[in-house]
Amino acid sequence: MKHSFDIVVVGAGPAGLAAATAVAEAGRRVAVLDENPRVGGQIWRASLSKVARDRSKERAVARFEASGAKLFSGHQIVDGDAAGALESWVAATQSLETFSFERLILATGARERFLPFPGWTLPGVFGAGGLQALVRSGYDIRGKRVVVVGTGPLLLAVAAHLKQDGARVVLVAEQAPLSQLMQFGLSLITRPGKIVQGLSLRAQLANAQYRTGCWPVAALGDGTVTGVRLSDGSRTWTEACDLLACGFHLVPNTELATLLGCEVGDHGVVVDADQQTSVASVYCVGETTAIAGVDAALLQGRIAGLAAAGRASEARTLHMQRDAERSFGRRMDRAFALRKEMLTLAMPDTIVCRCEDVRFSQISQAAAPGNGWTNAKLQTRCGMGPCQGRICGPALNALFGWKNTSVRAPLFPLPIAALCSSPLATDDATTLVTQEN
Amino acid sequence: MKPFDVVILGAGIVGSACAYECALAGMRVAVVEPAVPAGAASAAGMGHLVVMDDSEAQLALSHFSRELWRELREALPQTVEYEECGTLWVAADAEEMEEVLAKQQRYANSGIASEMLDERALLEAEPGLRHGLAGGLRVPQDGVIYPPTAAGYFLSVAQQRGAQLIQGKRPVRAAEGEVVFEDGSRLSAGWIVIATGTDTSLCPWLKIQPRKGHLVITDRYPGVVRHQLVELGYLKSAHSVSTDSVAFNVQPRKTGQLLIGSSRQYGELKRKADPEMLRRMLDRAVEYMPSLKQLSVVRVWTGFRAATPDKLPLIGPTPDSTVLVAMGFEGLGITNAPGAAKLVLHHLTGAAVPMDPMAFLPSRVARAEAVHA
Ligand SMILES: Cc1cc2nc3c(=O)[nH]c(=O)nc-3n(C[C@H](O)[C@H](O)[C@H](O)COP(=O)(O)OP(=O)(O)OC[C@H]3O[C@@H](n4cnc5c(N)ncnc54)[C@H](O)[C@@H]3O)c2cc1C
Ligand SMILES: Cc1cc2nc3c(=O)[nH]c(=O)nc-3n(C[C@H](O)[C@H](O)[C@H](O)COP(=O)(O)OP(=O)(O)OC[C@H]3O[C@@H](n4cnc5c(N)ncnc54)[C@H](O)[C@@H]3O)c2cc1C
Repeated sequence: MKHSFDIVVVGAGPAGLAAATAVAEAGRRVAVLDENPRVGGQIWRASLSKVARDRSKERAVARFEASGAKLFSGHQIVDGDAAGALESWVAATQSLETFSFERLILATGARERFLPFPGWTLPGVFGAGGLQALVRSGYDIRGKRVVVVGTGPLLLAVAAHLKQDGARVVLVAEQAPLSQLMQFGLSLITRPGKIVQGLSLRAQLANAQYRTGCWPVAALGDGTVTGVRLSDGSRTWTEACDLLACGFHLVPNTELATLLGCEVGDHGVVVDADQQTSVASVYCVGETTAIAGVDAALLQGRIAGLAAAGRASEARTLHMQRDAERSFGRRMDRAFALRKEMLTLAMPDTIVCRCEDVRFSQISQAAAPGNGWTNAKLQTRCGMGPCQGRICGPALNALFGWKNTSVRAPLFPLPIAALCSSPLATDDATTLVTQEN
Repeated sequence: MKPFDVVILGAGIVGSACAYECALAGMRVAVVEPAVPAGAASAAGMGHLVVMDDSEAQLALSHFSRELWRELREALPQTVEYEECGTLWVAADAEEMEEVLAKQQRYANSGIASEMLDERALLEAEPGLRHGLAGGLRVPQDGVIYPPTAAGYFLSVAQQRGAQLIQGKRPVRAAEGEVVFEDGSRLSAGWIVIATGTDTSLCPWLKIQPRKGHLVITDRYPGVVRHQLVELGYLKSAHSVSTDSVAFNVQPRKTGQLLIGSSRQYGELKRKADPEMLRRMLDRAVEYMPSLKQLSVVRVWTGFRAATPDKLPLIGPTPDSTVLVAMGFEGLGITNAPGAAKLVLHHLTGAAVPMDPMAFLPSRVARAEAVHA
């Protein structure tokens, strides 16, 4: 199926919704594509129901729905060309659809970063956000002892949600030292709203421990996780648990931007004051440009939406506010910067690339001077699996400074049928199962 | 005295194999690689080790090379993923079955084992193939490797023997025993071997054209395919001189993945995959093996073969007595790398090779053109 719009927005999180709303209100035809069945992105999708009503979300969604922007959910972008077309895979109909556009706004968000440490691949060890999503989709966590480790503001939010869903959150271990977080806290004095957010999360955790300056040394367990060994630099101790949730802050999803040829810097996709990327027809907003939270995302979305609709000057008034939010993001990056101990947790036999079972020693052997990601990938197969380096890539970036520049379509695995003329007939779906056995 | 006996330009599989042979022969070796070792065609190719019978010379070189791979088998690290899965040439109809017979004769004359399969035997060997195919020819001793680590192995053995890898510097001139780099620095050696794949900037007189190919790798489906499957029409595709072509070509990897080819295009230099070519190639694959349709694709990429006018590689001396070339391997450079390295050694030291080295001399292309003109 082929669709044609003036402007296409990829991602229906806060940034994408704000962008699409601005475009539609300016009278241009706009489509929002998201792989998820529901709008809201990571943050708003997760915080449905139980936690206190989120008024900013309700307002944004209502305004989006009234704007006339057209929503296409369940569309996963697998290919694109900055000259004016995107290709999306629709799992529900097992087919590819094409969207042509004059301008494109990328709002593809961020994902959790994982760092390899001994035992992190044991069953029962989850990404913090991943575990939260699992619980939202029905996984029963009541009575389970959970330890949350890693870094970043997400840890507290996840812990609070898990507790609300009945988990016994034993400990939240934040690797950043208190002194570093205090500076961040002080710098927030000009932004009281954020302090209140933080305090209320802390309060919801009630009697769970929140400890700064300590980190996981190893997940323990034979077959499944039963505990985690932690360190604060001077002593190590073991904390028993049924589930271990870990998250090491966020990394932007830059794959589509890279495929389209946009310049990507150390923090995310590089944009100018109007949120325009190095490719003139492509704008980028939200966490994809740098991790800075929902308020920055909303402002950036609006600025890009107006700019893409030809009303950049109307957005000028928002620039200062947006820049303030961005600097909030930068302060957050500093507050949660990884301490050097986090980069030496992997042991020689620790798996780094889960898809291909590549261990740390294999990768460090391939890491001679002058050799980067491509060499390590070719010699060890790290990053060659179905996730195409989405998980191990950010870890290797943190550990070795490598960048995965090699992004190719399709961006996500597709059945062969999607790439050839004959469609996938439902009646031959059985043959594969028999062959696999 | 010059610091090196031989400097090899290019650390693809061919340059790496040359470094290996020269280092084992006791020479002082340098290898120059401006980018990533085995990061160009050798990172893109399928890694099918196959005896090709399209000409006497090709048959001799690919047979010799395949046997060299088989001798190396014990020494190769696990990561090379060597597997003697055999090739199964698939005949679609009676006409192609006649070609199977002729092919078997040619192999038998050279002492290469092969076995004719009728339709039933074909389906027993590969249950995923569609019904109604005529039969095929199994060549059991052909194999499959993962080329980047094979090249890495050659290079590391050479380095253990004292070879030096010079990485990140691009040579811009190679003549009279001297290599000049982009930054103006120089390196001198008794001989220079140019093994730069499709890049002819150091030897622009060579007639080499890049020929683009697409490949698709799937997720892991162990046991779905057992042999490297190639349609007999493959040679027609490989030999068509001008038109774009596709052929059914599916390889089982040791990882359980399937690697699916193949396409051939001249005059197309973009690295991006072309959806239309990809569609044609996969349509062909699905036509032979309908169940492929449901498999999940993990990555699609392209690579460039170095095609010569007569489909044979260019191996040997050039008018500059210090410069040799080892290039132009089209779709067979992984297979032929060990044999090509022996040929290079032959030209340097006189070491014997079991074939006529003259058939591969770079001068033949120029000569043939003079005759035709
Ligand atoms: C047998 C086999 C099996 C494989 N299996 C898998 C698999 O299971 N999963 C998977 O993901 N991949 C697999 N690969 C493919 C591999 O990951 C690459 O996709 C493949 O090497 C094709 O390369 P590419 O064009 O994608 O190169 P890239 O991976 O993009 O790497 C090319 C690198 O070279 C650089 N480069 C490109 N052109 C130039 C130039 N002209 N000058 C300097 N630098 C340049 C690029 O910047 C990049 O860093 C397999 C490859 C082979 C041979
Ligand atoms: C789609 C496809 C499928 C294939 N399938 C098979 C198969 O199944 N079996 C098989 O046997 N073969 C196959 N091939 C062919 C095989 O991949 C090539 O023939 C082989 O890799 C060529 O190796 P090479 O070392 O000559 O070139 P390359 O691997 O391209 O290496 C050349 C090297 O030279 C370097 N270089 C470039 N310029 C300079 C310079 N100025 N100075 C120094 N160095 C330089 C490059 O960076 C590169 O590393 C296939 C090829 C393709 C494209």
